[in-house]
Amino acid sequence: MNGVHDMGGMDGFGKVEPEVNEPVFHAPWEGRVMALMRAMGAGGAWNLDVFRDAREHQPPVFYLTSSYYKSWAKSIETLMLGRGLATPDEIAAGHSLHPAKPLKRGPVQPADVGRAIRRGSYGRPAAAPALFKVGDRVRTRNINPATHTRLPRYARGKLGLIEREHGCHVFPDSSARDWGEDPQWLYTVVFDGRTLWGEDADPALKVSIEAFEPYLEPA
Amino acid sequence: MSQHDDHHDHGSELSEMALRVRALETILTEKGYVDPAALDLIVETYETKIGPRNGAKVVARAWSDPAFRRSLLEDATAAVTALGLVGKVGDHLVVVENTPGLHNMVVCTLCSCYPTDLLGLPPVWYKSAPYRSRSVRNPRGVLADFGTVLPADTEIRVWDSTAETRFLVVPMRPAGTDGWDEERLAALVTRDSMIGTGLPKSATEATR
Repeated sequence: MNGVHDMGGMDGFGKVEPEVNEPVFHAPWEGRVMALMRAMGAGGAWNLDVFRDAREHQPPVFYLTSSYYKSWAKSIETLMLGRGLATPDEIAAGHSLHPAKPLKRGPVQPADVGRAIRRGSYGRPAAAPALFKVGDRVRTRNINPATHTRLPRYARGKLGLIEREHGCHVFPDSSARDWGEDPQWLYTVVFDGRTLWGEDADPALKVSIEAFEPYLEPA
Repeated sequence: MSQHDDHHDHGSELSEMALRVRALETILTEKGYVDPAALDLIVETYETKIGPRNGAKVVARAWSDPAFRRSLLEDATAAVTALGLVGKVGDHLVVVENTPGLHNMVVCTLCSCYPTDLLGLPPVWYKSAPYRSRSVRNPRGVLADFGTVLPADTEIRVWDSTAETRFLVVPMRPAGTDGWDEERLAALVTRDSMIGTGLPKSATEATR
């Protein structure tokens, strides 16, 4: 979806302000939010793409003015409600009031934490040969789905070069809708800065995206 | 625009968030979806076990061992896992190397994808609108915000992490560090130098 989360190239957000000696969490509740998200994901309540999609659907003003973990907490709440894992009266009461619907994989146990928080593998066997090879010129498609996609607006309809091929990966555009993994070939596609931003762009700039094959056409 | 709206000057909102999150955790615990002991361990792991020093060990080894450097650039997940210094890392890790003519920088314009296995959780600025919006269009401006200035003819390559591949930058080894052991070298490797918004400490900074 063409939401405010898709920020590449936007103006007006000001300078980057690094914080000296930044703590891992700024308040204990932030750590709990992060752990809840990881634990629920590992338990099978939702996949990563569904979680990203939920956050992208937050109202733009909320997305832009909430801290990261406040936005995550809202996503968790939205997904709990949307997936029938909790009901509005339970959210209001702050307690479970109804029987639980079973999770796909069940709760993460302390002994499984190491495995649960390590990044999973998104590589999958190929269903068909790759359409492109390293060195091929491609054009990104001009797509504007109302649903989740990982092709950023700034890189749509642009000429680029296939630089790396990563095998087939879970396709977020499908996975975010709970339509299954629908694995697709994944490539690093590199663009000249001027292709993306015009003749005034830094001549020494190159930008790459990780592009799934359905985002690309031969050029 | 503040990315810290819950962090300072908002005592009431902070306690409101603390209460809301406690309610979420209570519901999920009572339903048997989460085990609070597992949540404690997840928090503890990110606070104490996984952080930029893991990435720094990998970079220091790459600076010291040409064979490791080659295998790291070829297949970073396999090379780091085989190294055994930082445990098993997730799949699809890609390590890229700075050279005198090329500077790499990593961003996730769409959310917050970050090489967490090697650097821990991302800092607030990495997830912020200013960084995500400007990095792909004006990376030199972003570098200036960090006080990092590169020659105008150095190619800047920005990696937008739009899939589950994760990128780590190996910065250039600072001058004057010949003969240093890996532990000394690792102390030069800053988090930002592995994201590409900064450079490693110089040999003189380290001994200061």
